[in-house]
Amino acid sequence: MELRDTPAEAEFRAGLRAWIEANLPAELRGRRSRLEDLDASRRWSQALSEAGYAGPTWPTAYGGRGAAEAVMLEELARANAPQHIGVIGLGMAGPTIIAHGTEAQKSRYLPSILSAGEIWCQGFSEPGSGSDLASVRTRAELRGDTFVLNGQKVWSSYAQIADWCILLVQSDPGAARYQGLTFLLVDMHSPGIEVRPLRQITGDADFNEIFFTDTEVPKAQVLGGIGQGWAVAMTTLLHERATFGFSLTGALEAALGQLLRLAQDQPAQAARLTDAIGREWIQMQALKLTAHRALAQLAASGRPGPEGSIIKLAWSESNQRVTKLARELLPDPILDDGHWYYLQLRSRANSIEAGTSEILRNIIAERVLGLPRSR
Amino acid sequence: MDFSFSPEQRELQAQARSFLEARFPLSRLAQLIDSEPGWDPSSWTELAELGWLGVSVPESLGGAGLGFVEEAILLEEFGRCLYPGPYLATVAMALPALDDARLAEVANGKARWSALLGPAPDLVPDLNRVDWVVVASEDQVLAVEATGEMLTSIDPTRPMGRLDQVSGELLGKGQEAVRIGRLMRERLLTALALEAVGGAQRVLELSLEHARSREQFGKPIGIYQAVSHPLVDCYVEIELARSLAYWAAWCIGAGHEDASLAASAAKAAAAGAAVRACERAIQTHGGLGFTWESPLHRYYKRALWIERFGGTSAEHRSRVAETLLQRPPTAAAASASGAAVLPEAGAGG
Repeated sequence: MELRDTPAEAEFRAGLRAWIEANLPAELRGRRSRLEDLDASRRWSQALSEAGYAGPTWPTAYGGRGAAEAVMLEELARANAPQHIGVIGLGMAGPTIIAHGTEAQKSRYLPSILSAGEIWCQGFSEPGSGSDLASVRTRAELRGDTFVLNGQKVWSSYAQIADWCILLVQSDPGAARYQGLTFLLVDMHSPGIEVRPLRQITGDADFNEIFFTDTEVPKAQVLGGIGQGWAVAMTTLLHERATFGFSLTGALEAALGQLLRLAQDQPAQAARLTDAIGREWIQMQALKLTAHRALAQLAASGRPGPEGSIIKLAWSESNQRVTKLARELLPDPILDDGHWYYLQLRSRANSIEAGTSEILRNIIAERVLGLPRSR
Repeated sequence: MDFSFSPEQRELQAQARSFLEARFPLSRLAQLIDSEPGWDPSSWTELAELGWLGVSVPESLGGAGLGFVEEAILLEEFGRCLYPGPYLATVAMALPALDDARLAEVANGKARWSALLGPAPDLVPDLNRVDWVVVASEDQVLAVEATGEMLTSIDPTRPMGRLDQVSGELLGKGQEAVRIGRLMRERLLTALALEAVGGAQRVLELSLEHARSREQFGKPIGIYQAVSHPLVDCYVEIELARSLAYWAAWCIGAGHEDASLAASAAKAAAAGAAVRACERAIQTHGGLGFTWESPLHRYYKRALWIERFGGTSAEHRSRVAETLLQRPPTAAAASASGAAVLPEAGAGG
């Protein structure tokens, strides 16, 4: 057990920290959304890629660095720097293509994901298929060598700027559950695709609906084989939950830093709330340590440990409490301060997106604690 | 950074688990606790023979020359089996105050100790099970003979007594007394957290076994989310507390400056997790959980004792906050005049 950086980690961290200080444009620090200034976000992502800081968990053969993910995500969060704009490509599409793609698919798509040359979005959820993902109904009918798509996807981040989409479709309505699904790599510039932004309780539109009307996709765009879509999609979700761990704890640490600063500026309010402030800092520290414990387990056994499964669940509830607590410290909490109020509203999605808390509790109950299946 | 135990440490953990499960099974525990003297004094000789009393005592004094992380592994296992004996008092609390001759006596099992941190007269754990008490105040540390009146503790496995007198041989004074007192407190809080995590883990396992096997309406009750989801929350809380307890143990072993903060954080989180795991276990077991025959009330009483001893969770949370608020603003906070980086769990579709 050694909870300090190794010399190699310390060197990587110091190099990255200096690089961020030298290269991060002031206007991007603390940027609320990557879409606010698209050109600046793209330039920042390209700079990250050129310096070798994109795709840190990817195998080195595809331009990654092997391991340094934890340090990387912690340092970006610490500096309040935006992540790479191609987060869906780096964290989800890329790893899935690495796992299931042909050599031709890998060489076509992976370089432009790293360089932010092409942006990806994800088309999984539908109005009628949320937690029950296997029930998707967007239809892909094979006519000759072409799939013809009809249907609707929802909650798709970045769809309004995306060049490509990882899409889960129903290709064989007669097949048994899990058997009739296919995973496609779809060109978002194809005819018959319409993207409509979806306004949220914050007033912003981070998410989109995607409508497919007789959209044609060549058969060569299948990832992992026709009818294999469920297994391929599971790879995507595994990566989604695994890779976000350190960015969640890193961002929560940055938020706690801001909360402490606010408390220092408002000593009268803070004095009444020391119990709650202590509770949230302790919880953040516990989450961060647990992410490191899960990483050590992964390194030792090659399999993610059960520790990792709790991060997203506990983080979402922490983030909701932290943003609420911060507003208790404001001098006039009845006014919209333009920052914490936005974060409080935005945090309500945290326990819904990327697996609802109810589904995550089912998964932990069944797969980690060995309780009988409830469905 | 490597947050994992070494192969030797995992071996120690497995050895402790199998020895304690065989020697102190739940079936024996009730009879042991409910009879006089409430613990098995012969077990102390066995602990000495296993080398567990002198884990951090130098080899030249008959110890193993290891560190607090190894002691932490044992403390978690003692908490798991609810060992009724003065291990925590002797090893976690008293050791930092003892000179070489006294350390050697602890390692070979000849002397048992407890401790009193802060102003006397106050309550001393295991007073009737030890020979000596370290009395640590701000300006001096004394070795006092363990005689006094016993009172009724909320945890029968942790009897509490009040010392007759507070005079004795001087073990340290001035800056040395401050150093000893701080280390004793950090070790105590971390040890309490480790015991809490070990006990909470055991009652969670009992709850899970019950939820898998007990059938109502023709199905195991664990199928119902009203039963399973609160157990998941206990599991999450225990795992988070475990990370904090190991962090605190590592800080103490490495002499890291965060040791005091980590010990308070771990104590606050683990005591709360243990109390809630026990309360949830009693509920999950239904009427059975409310019987004297069930082991659950023994764990519950230990958890309630841990929550009280050395400061409550609320006091430690406030202490953590006050420590942090006295620090200069972090770089992250300083740069955050604008908006925050939004965590990206939500990017999806």
